[in-house]
Amino acid sequence: MLLAAFFGVLVWASSHLAPVGDPDAPLHREISPAGTPVAGAHYIHESYRDAHTENMVTVVLADYRAFDTLGETVVVFAAGVGVFLVLARRKA
Amino acid sequence: MITHSNISPILRFACRSAARIIQVFGVYVIVHGHYSPGGGFQGGALLAAAVFLLRIGEGREHSQRDMPSRVTLLLGSIGVLVYGAVGLLTIATGGRFLDYDAVPLPGLSLDDRHYWAILVIELAVGLAVMAILVGIFDRLLQRFHHD
Amino acid sequence: MTESFSQYGAYWMCFLVLTVGLYGMLMKRDYVKKVIALSIFQAAIILFFVIAAYKEGAGVPIFDKEIGAETAAAYINPLPHTLMLTAIVVGVATVGMALALLIRIRRGFGTLDEDKLKEKMKS
Repeated sequence: MLLAAFFGVLVWASSHLAPVGDPDAPLHREISPAGTPVAGAHYIHESYRDAHTENMVTVVLADYRAFDTLGETVVVFAAGVGVFLVLARRKA
Repeated sequence: MITHSNISPILRFACRSAARIIQVFGVYVIVHGHYSPGGGFQGGALLAAAVFLLRIGEGREHSQRDMPSRVTLLLGSIGVLVYGAVGLLTIATGGRFLDYDAVPLPGLSLDDRHYWAILVIELAVGLAVMAILVGIFDRLLQRFHHD
Repeated sequence: MTESFSQYGAYWMCFLVLTVGLYGMLMKRDYVKKVIALSIFQAAIILFFVIAAYKEGAGVPIFDKEIGAETAAAYINPLPHTLMLTAIVVGVATVGMALALLIRIRRGFGTLDEDKLKEKMKS
């Protein structure tokens, strides 16, 4: 019952989203409704010129958002250390 | 317990050859991530998958030769440290943290410096992801081998 | 109805997967099943972002010399793809961590059933 309500709220909320594939969605515009430049279009325009690399996802991942990726690598490393510690055998 | 004597040679051969192909493809995915879909995370996951295949197919003991369990955390920390070291290097040469304009590669234009720095970052991430996934896998299965 | 399905159907399917994941996390008694449901929930969120990144008539976000970088409408938005790439790897790490904790619980209490665990923790 609760789950049906949850699904219903989500479907209702989706009617306020932009339709799938709409090129004019706020996410895809060059200038957002608030008048500031949108990151996605900026990356598309600048990535090849800045990093000489065709794959834009790679440029965003390892260049514009390198700090994010560093933190994420640390999260994976922390999970590895965590599993190691949780499952360490006690020296009896 | 799986030992050399009771494992089928066909299974062994199939696992080994498939794992080698997956490893080559994983390295390809990492270093070709500049031109096609791919990169450190995906390639690292593929390399880890090859090691999983060896661990499952040949048993834990015989696949230690390819990727010893005890070095996984060490390799993972090397990957993270290389990443951090690139960031600190750009500070040392006068840029901001992970600002690739300051990477000290003489004779390269700014965009080519970004290119090579991204390659180093991807290799570090691939190494870290591969080593840590294998490490998690080994720790999760270790109980079955000691009992 | 058909028109709104063609516009929002992808979102609805994604929300259906989300609801299935939530159902599993709330209703299932077994902790391993809860972890599986967590992973389904996460897949739905990743799907949502990838759907949001889609543009009608656009290609993969890989620079093509013939198209050039000026027409942003020719490429799918690369930003959600990047964020989801990191989210997938973090998801693998969290699932690994969760399974390690489950192994530890199983070692300590001998069960992974929620009700039995509650009884054992009371006594």
